[in-house]
Amino acid sequence: MTKKRIGTIVIVLVLLLVAAVTIFPFLWMVLGSLKTKSELFATPMRLLPETPIWRNYVRIFEKVPFLQFYFNTAKIAVLATLGQVLTCAFSAYAFAKLQFRGRDALFILYLATLMIPYQVTMIPQYEMLGKLGLLNTHAALIILRWFSPFGVFLLRQFFITIPDSLNEAARIDGASEARIFFQFMLPLSKSAIATLVTLTFLNAWNEFMGPLIFLNDKAKFTLQIGIRYFQQEFGTEYTLIMGATTLSLIPILIIYIFAQKYFIEGIASSGLKG
Amino acid sequence: MSTAAKARRNTSRYLRSQRNTAILFLLPNFLGFLIFIVYPVIKALHTSFFKWDGLTEKTFVGLGNYQRLFTDETFHISLLNNVHFTLITVPLSIAFGIAIAMLMNVKIPGIKVFRTIYFLPQVTSMIAIGIVWTTILANYGPVNQFLEFMGMTEPPKWLSSTQWALISVEIVSIWRSMGYNAIILLAGLQGINGELYEAGKIDGANAWQRFSKITLPMLSPTIFFCTIMQVIGSFQVFDTIMAMTQGGPGRATNVLTYYIYRRAFLDDPQLGYASAIAYVLFAIILVITLIQFRGQKKWVNY
Repeated sequence: MTKKRIGTIVIVLVLLLVAAVTIFPFLWMVLGSLKTKSELFATPMRLLPETPIWRNYVRIFEKVPFLQFYFNTAKIAVLATLGQVLTCAFSAYAFAKLQFRGRDALFILYLATLMIPYQVTMIPQYEMLGKLGLLNTHAALIILRWFSPFGVFLLRQFFITIPDSLNEAARIDGASEARIFFQFMLPLSKSAIATLVTLTFLNAWNEFMGPLIFLNDKAKFTLQIGIRYFQQEFGTEYTLIMGATTLSLIPILIIYIFAQKYFIEGIASSGLKG
Repeated sequence: MSTAAKARRNTSRYLRSQRNTAILFLLPNFLGFLIFIVYPVIKALHTSFFKWDGLTEKTFVGLGNYQRLFTDETFHISLLNNVHFTLITVPLSIAFGIAIAMLMNVKIPGIKVFRTIYFLPQVTSMIAIGIVWTTILANYGPVNQFLEFMGMTEPPKWLSSTQWALISVEIVSIWRSMGYNAIILLAGLQGINGELYEAGKIDGANAWQRFSKITLPMLSPTIFFCTIMQVIGSFQVFDTIMAMTQGGPGRATNVLTYYIYRRAFLDDPQLGYASAIAYVLFAIILVITLIQFRGQKKWVNY
């Protein structure tokens, strides 16, 4: 009994150590944002600021239009997510519940595009959006996210777990496919849709490459290129850089605490990003 | 008309109406998919046969861009850096993931809190946290102060040294992905039938034997999944590099994605050549995915 107890204590200690290593950069960031410049790299190292300097945050807002970055990012993430979930759910329904010739071949084509790296499509997309006059617009970033093959895949995999007998019964009762889709499929798929919504929103919020190549007007920047711009422009103002990264992370951290389950499911099904 | 023919006609009418509905349902997504994904994939292959700066006319060079890869030293360095990155980060991150998952698979209080914390780095933007890491790994940052405290007289200059920069980025990548692996592997562990361990104990297997003869084989599908996901991810690493090193110092952390970005959008754009490198990256990922399909049967013991 006591041997088992010692074992449990050791396990908890190791898990706590891993947790400390995981969380240290976040702590360092938040506390660093409230320090003076000399305090941040003081020897010996001090974790807590002597007196928290809240004015650092005021200075960030004086230097860059941070509220604008928030607004731009939120706008892109919300509109990209809405459009993606809608087009993907329609398509996924056709793949899961309707009969038509070439269905499986078409689905395999969708799957095949999942492994194509962004670098392949990026240059032609840039060229195409240039011709459409959409460079340096948020519309470019929003529209590109609407047609995700991954979203179709995720929802289709969920729709096929709903028994076909349900659709057939509704059809015999004379319900149209649109009605079956809106009245039965969507309400039954709440959890899968929540997973896709969370994942799409997160990816759009954290997206870096797209905004990096498509946007060049500071007023149109998203948070990710905003903080990088900040890093390049005020490279030695480390405490302010810490504040800017803290500000950029807060919204996602709040959502994560409340919708953790969907985050984990979504990221687990889509793989790592880096 | 016979009833059979009538039934057939009804069925075909029914199928036709279903097909028409299907087209309506598919159309919005499919059109965008063709225009913004399928067409660019083909167009990129086409572009890779041209010399093009994005402004003036394209000149056809055949396989010229691909031939150039054989003599382009920066391309070789980038590819090797990607291989190095994969060989270091994937095994270590998975090994840590297995260890953490095994520890979490014990009844202890507060396991949900650990889960939340371990998964946190996956949720946060790599740009933001990468920038923070540059200060943690700074010459007088907390990591080096800790190393000096432990008695190291000359700790590495991490990001500013060509020798350590790639390793620094790899450390951050392991820090970020081990929790993800742990959570996925934990789900796999929890799926193993407890009776197997009982049987093992009865047969006199010790802890190590139970781990190597029961846990690892039963966990192999999940380990395999994590490995493939991470290998694919590590060949596409970009945000971490942008936030921490921009490929430097020198070319020490230049990776394929970063090199493609530079060739396509920074000084002296060469869009045809960038497309050719992008296709090489595509080919690498294709091969890994094919290994996944084949390997699933071969390496995975259920």
